[in-house]
Amino acid sequence: MTDETRTQAAAPGPAPADPPPADLERLYYFMLLQRLAEERVVKLYQTGAIVGACFTGWGHEAIAVGSAAALGPDDVAATLHRDLGARLVLGMPLGYYFANFLGRSGSPSRGREGNLHIGGLGPRILLHTDFIGGNVPIAAGAALGFTVRREPRVALANFGEGTLATGEFHEAANLAAVLRLPLVLVCWNNQFALSTPIAREVLGPLDTRMAGYGMPACSVDGNDVLAVYRAAREAVDRARGGGGPSFVECRTMRVRGHSEADDASYVPRPMIEEGRRRDPVERFARHLLETGAAAAGRLEELRAHAAAEVDAAQAWAEATPPPDPAELEQGVYCEVTPWPS
Amino acid sequence: MAVLTYIEAIADGLREAMRADASVILFGEDVGAYGGAFKLSKGFLEEFGPSRVIDTPISEAAIVGAAVGAALVGLRPVVEMQFADFISNAFTQMVNVAATSSYRAGGCVPMVVRAPCGAGTHGGPFHSQSIEGYFFHTPGLKIVMPSTPADAKRLMLGAIADPNPVLFLEHKALYRSQRGPVEDGLAVEPLGRAAVRRPGRDLTILTYGMMAHRSLEAAERAAAEGVEVEVIDLRTLLPLDLDAIAESVARTSRVLIVHEDRLRGGVGAEIAAHLGEHLFTSLDAPISRIGAPDTPVPYAPPLETAYLPSVDRIFEAITRLARW
Repeated sequence: MTDETRTQAAAPGPAPADPPPADLERLYYFMLLQRLAEERVVKLYQTGAIVGACFTGWGHEAIAVGSAAALGPDDVAATLHRDLGARLVLGMPLGYYFANFLGRSGSPSRGREGNLHIGGLGPRILLHTDFIGGNVPIAAGAALGFTVRREPRVALANFGEGTLATGEFHEAANLAAVLRLPLVLVCWNNQFALSTPIAREVLGPLDTRMAGYGMPACSVDGNDVLAVYRAAREAVDRARGGGGPSFVECRTMRVRGHSEADDASYVPRPMIEEGRRRDPVERFARHLLETGAAAAGRLEELRAHAAAEVDAAQAWAEATPPPDPAELEQGVYCEVTPWPS
Repeated sequence: MAVLTYIEAIADGLREAMRADASVILFGEDVGAYGGAFKLSKGFLEEFGPSRVIDTPISEAAIVGAAVGAALVGLRPVVEMQFADFISNAFTQMVNVAATSSYRAGGCVPMVVRAPCGAGTHGGPFHSQSIEGYFFHTPGLKIVMPSTPADAKRLMLGAIADPNPVLFLEHKALYRSQRGPVEDGLAVEPLGRAAVRRPGRDLTILTYGMMAHRSLEAAERAAAEGVEVEVIDLRTLLPLDLDAIAESVARTSRVLIVHEDRLRGGVGAEIAAHLGEHLFTSLDAPISRIGAPDTPVPYAPPLETAYLPSVDRIFEAITRLARW
C-alpha cells in the first residue's frame, strides 16, 4: 500500500519488519480512537462547549500512531498540537484530552492550557511547546541527556513542514547532527502552515535538504501507517545504535482547516478531496481486511470499543470540576527539595 | 577556606556540584577544550570528560532548549551564554518554555543559564548589557547576581540545587577584580535571600552586582561625614527578598536604589513601586533611583564611564537624601 518511499544517505542495514499481527490491531485501534475522539471534540466545539481554539490531526493519524509505535518502552517524544494518537500510544489517558479542551481540573494542566497542549505526561511525553520549532531543541536535549547517561534511549520530535523555516529547527538539527544525538525528527508535511502553502515555506524536497546536515533522511507516504512505522523504526534503531539523528518526512494532506474556525477556502478543493480519498484510517482498515490480519467483525468490535472509550473519557472529564480560581497563583515554581539527593 | 577571585569562586561552585552529582553537566560555546571565553571552565573537560562538558555550535536557542530537554529527563544542566547579550537569541526557550513549564504542569526544569553580563570592560553594545530587566517580568524564572566571591560560589550551588530555571548573572568586571574568602565544599545558599553588606541607621541602599561595590565605597565616604548608610545586596532579583527590604527601610526611612541596568521598567522601578504602595508611611524622603540612561551600552571609555553609575553620583544622592 505504500505509494512511494525514498531514502537518502541512510546507513545500509536490514529493513525493519512490519509490527507483529497483534500490534497491527493496536495501531488501528489508536488511529481510530484519535479519529473518534476528534470527531467528538469538533462537535463539542461546534456546540460552544470548548471556549478556546480547536485543532485536530484529522487525516494524520497514521503519522501520529505509526511513529510513536516505533519507539521503545523508555523512549520519549516532544509533541505537536495534532498528535493525539502519538500521546495515546505513549500512555496518555484519553480523559486528559477532553479535560484539557474543556478547561477542567482533570487535566494535568488544570485549566492552565487548552487544546492538546498537555505536557509532563509521565516519563515518555515531554512538556508541550506551542511555538513552532520550539520542541525540536527540547527533544535534542532529552537525547543529549540519554547520551550523557549512556542510556540506550531515543527522543522523537513531531513537527510540521513549516517548522523547517524556523531557526530553532536548524539549530537543533545541526546540534543533534554534530553531537550525534539519538534523535528522530518526524516531519508532518501536510502541505499548509495555516494558509501558507509549502512552496512559500521551504523549497525543494524536504528529505534531500537534510543531506546538508549530514543526516540520513527519507520521505514516506504519511497516510500509510506501516510505511510510517517502518521508516520511523529504522530511524529509531539507527539512533539507538549510535548512528545519530535521522529525518523522516511523512507526506500527508491537511483535510480540514488549520483550526475549526478556519474554512480552508484558500486550499484547492481537489487537494482536500484527494486527501480524503486517501484517508489513513479507512485505508488501514481495508489493508487489515485484505491481508486477513483482521476480520470485519473484529474491526466492528474495535470501533465499538473505541466509541465506548471516547464516551467514558468525555464523561470522566466532564465530571472533574472547573479549576478553582484560588489556584490561580499556585505552581508557578517547583518547590525546592534537598540537593544533592 | 580559600581566597579566590569571583570567577574562580563560580568555577569552584560548579566544580563542587559536578563532583557531588553526576547529573550536573555543562554545555555551551567553547566551554570544553578552550575552557570558556573567560576561561571559567578551564580544566573541566579534563576532570569530567567530554560527556559532561560539551562544546556546542553557536546556537543559543538550541543550547537553552536542549537544557530544558535534558532537565526534563533528569539532568541538572548548566549552560553558558558566552555573553549575556546573546541570550536574546534564546528568549523563547527562556520565557515561553522553561519559565512556564511548572505552571503548565510540564514538569520541573532544574537548569542554570550562566550569563556573563555588565559594562566596564569596553565590550560595546553587544557585549556589555544588563539583561535582568527582560527576564524580571517573567514568572517561573529565578534571577541571581552575586557580587562577592563567597556569594558567587554559594549562589552557584544554590542555583544548581534549585529545581527551577535560574538565570545566573556573572558581572564580567568583577571576574578578576574581586578576591575574597570562599568556603570549601558544598556551601549552598538558597535563592531568595538578600544580604546586609554594611549596617547603617540613616539610609538604605538597595543594590546588586557591581553597583554593590560602588555603593559600599560611597557609603564609606558618607560615613566620614557622619551619615551611616545600610547597604543591602539583593543577590537574588527574582524572587526579591521583600522582607529584608521592608525591615531595613522601615528602620532607616530613606531609600536609594542603585543598579547598573537602565531605570525604565527595571528592577528598581518595581522595588520603588512596592515601597510606595506598602511602606509609604515609613518613608521620610522620596524614593530615589540611580541607574544607566536609556541608551545602548557605548564602547569608548569616556562614554562607557559616563554611562555607568559612579561612586560620585551615589555619594551625591546619599547626601541629598540624608539632608531631606
